[in-house]
Amino acid sequence: MHTTVMMAALTKALKPILGRHLGNTAKVFGAAVNSQRGKPTYTILHLWPSSVLKGQIIPPPAKYGGRHTVALIPGDGIGPELLNHVRELFRFSCVPVDFEVVHVNSSSTSEDDINNAIMAIRRNGVALKGNIETNHTMPPNHKSRNNLLRTSLDLFANMMHCQSLPGVQTRHKNIDIIIIRENTEGEYSSLEHESVPGVVESLKIITRNNSLRIADYAFKLAREKGRRRVTAVHKANIMKLADGLFLQCCKEVASGYPDIEFDSMIVDNTTMQLVSKPQQFDVMLMPNLYGNVVSNVCAGLVGGPGLVPGANYGRDYAVFETATRNTGKSIANRNIANPTAMLLASCLMLDHLKLHDYANMIRGAILTTMNETRLHTADIGGQGTTSEVVQSIMRIIQSGGPLTTEI
Amino acid sequence: MDGFVVLAILETLVTAASSVQTFVLKSSNSLSKLYIESLRKMLPIQTVTLIPGDGIGPEISTAVMKIFEAAKAPIQWEERNVTAIKGPGGRWMIPPEAKESMDKNKIGLKGPLKTPIAAGHPSMNLLLRKTFDLYANVRPCVSIEGYKTPYTDVDLVTIRENTEGEYSGIEHLIVDGVVQSIKLITEEASRRIAEYAFEYARNNQRTSVTAVHKANIMRMSDGLFLRKCREVAENYKDVKFTEMYLDTVCLNMVQDPSQFDVLVMPNLYGDILSDLCAGLIGGLGVTPSGNIGAHGVAIFESVHGTAPDIAGKDLANPTALLLSAVMMLRHMGLHGHAKKIETACFDTIREKKVLTKDLGGNSKCSEFTADICRRVQDMD
Repeated sequence: MHTTVMMAALTKALKPILGRHLGNTAKVFGAAVNSQRGKPTYTILHLWPSSVLKGQIIPPPAKYGGRHTVALIPGDGIGPELLNHVRELFRFSCVPVDFEVVHVNSSSTSEDDINNAIMAIRRNGVALKGNIETNHTMPPNHKSRNNLLRTSLDLFANMMHCQSLPGVQTRHKNIDIIIIRENTEGEYSSLEHESVPGVVESLKIITRNNSLRIADYAFKLAREKGRRRVTAVHKANIMKLADGLFLQCCKEVASGYPDIEFDSMIVDNTTMQLVSKPQQFDVMLMPNLYGNVVSNVCAGLVGGPGLVPGANYGRDYAVFETATRNTGKSIANRNIANPTAMLLASCLMLDHLKLHDYANMIRGAILTTMNETRLHTADIGGQGTTSEVVQSIMRIIQSGGPLTTEI
Repeated sequence: MDGFVVLAILETLVTAASSVQTFVLKSSNSLSKLYIESLRKMLPIQTVTLIPGDGIGPEISTAVMKIFEAAKAPIQWEERNVTAIKGPGGRWMIPPEAKESMDKNKIGLKGPLKTPIAAGHPSMNLLLRKTFDLYANVRPCVSIEGYKTPYTDVDLVTIRENTEGEYSGIEHLIVDGVVQSIKLITEEASRRIAEYAFEYARNNQRTSVTAVHKANIMRMSDGLFLRKCREVAENYKDVKFTEMYLDTVCLNMVQDPSQFDVLVMPNLYGDILSDLCAGLIGGLGVTPSGNIGAHGVAIFESVHGTAPDIAGKDLANPTALLLSAVMMLRHMGLHGHAKKIETACFDTIREKKVLTKDLGGNSKCSEFTADICRRVQDMD
């Protein structure tokens, strides 16, 4: 009994000291409660201030003895063979990265596999993955595994850099577009229901928080890379509230970056402009579904799905994969897949881990093979096999310096 | 329907008669022409509702009327205006004369309409769509020889569901900062559009129909759409049916558009893909489009904007409206006239002598029209 009295007295005495910290703790959970004359008012913080983040627990980097550990999810189709090539190349180039391989069986109905994969990525912070097949004839409660991964880890930004490569023959030249796509909400919320037999509704969710977040990410990236213009792609003339909110958030963030020009374009006009004059675009920012369409169109314009890497960034995690997320079932295990996209994705991963020297070495070798040696696989009009391309890259790396193992 | 059959028979008779006449009565040229004229006068004249539209609408409609006259097509035009008026009960509707005319004639040709901002009423295109239940938007995209684009072998048709899907307009503000937009897919609408797509494929000698979807993510809604397409495909075994993801279609479309034939899809994907395909062949200034509605109503239109900056200056390009009118002729069964006008139009573009500014030349609209009229008349 008197312990509680003592505790009360202690807390009262220490309140001036503890009070400040208690106030901060309340803010960490996303809402600051201000009591004004007994009536609580809530303010939701849409941007986490860095001072608050310092109090947060950020997972430590999975780095021990100078070697990083990265989760590897082979996926289906061409994923396993391409990721094997990545591992081979890393071992050959003595890159200090170890892989924790997690297999996900796309045909099983339980979510254990994907949960294990998500746990592995939480442990390691970084992952490299192949695409996991989604059988769309399964019932609606069997969600897309890739989508589950993205939403659980809150990988809100998908970044894709489309660049025309001089060695690849395409209809359009001099394309250099960065596409930033909101990765977690929009049409991919997977919230559907059948109200009446024969009438199905699917919800598209747009929130202010996520729109501000992705717009902020886009402008920061544009500034970092010295880009001059950001174009928001939308359909706000028809979806006035949803895309209207997205556009409004983009405009708000744009006002904070006066050095970067901001304009917007309707998605159907955008696709028309992309196939006639793609050189006019610089950085493009859009919600989920339009991002899917536009990123595939751009990938097609620069030479196909085998050439472009993609990256999914969240606040704490990063997952790297090919930009167009194809499973490539029809060309699996035939040694004809183009390894460029997956290898460039692994270079993006090395950049993220701050192993820039290794990243530049491998990227240089890939681009030399593509542009000078002109060793192309079938999808870009050549006759090379996957292993020939990888061997060529390894030879170029070896000729570049002493730090390699035996081929 | 009988009218069309009679028309078709009469048309073949006329063409047969004219070819025989030109051969036999070659010396008496003027006499043969009189004979053909009298035969033509026997063809029933079809009345078509013409909605000139705003901006460059009136001048391109005049151009099309001139060309049709030169081609002696059995079409009579009934011009109507569709500015929205407030009907009884406060609901916005199109003028009753326009509705009456459309219901009577069943076929319409429409120029570009201005989208009103803050006029209080919804867009005119939306009103027309709702009034006549225009459920299918058909856009055939064929590469035009003579108008060079990076893509030279495009020959596909996009058929887009026009009434529901993502454009149902049902949106809510849930809480401050969270908005939801509802995408509606119904069995009835999906079945109707699938049936139209297969009918179109069969009637126009197309080999395959591809359903475009995103059922891996939107399992129930696009799943329902796909199921209906599959069911309808069972009744049309002569047409090949495939399904493809939206992203794969986009990826392959910009690399090799020749692999696609007829594409059928819900509203949003259709909007994006049909504009993508229009971009492949040269833009909205040369793309025809048709809207098919319930009860046999069909409105053919040009999908470009009103271009107010060049309105009234005789600089407009009537190709889009002309090709839509040709599509209309084919829909009505007047294949001979359709072919004649289309060939004349493509020849003019190929020659590159009298192109309007957007096609790369610097001639006037009237000169372009006159050239096509001349070619059409020379073909007789």
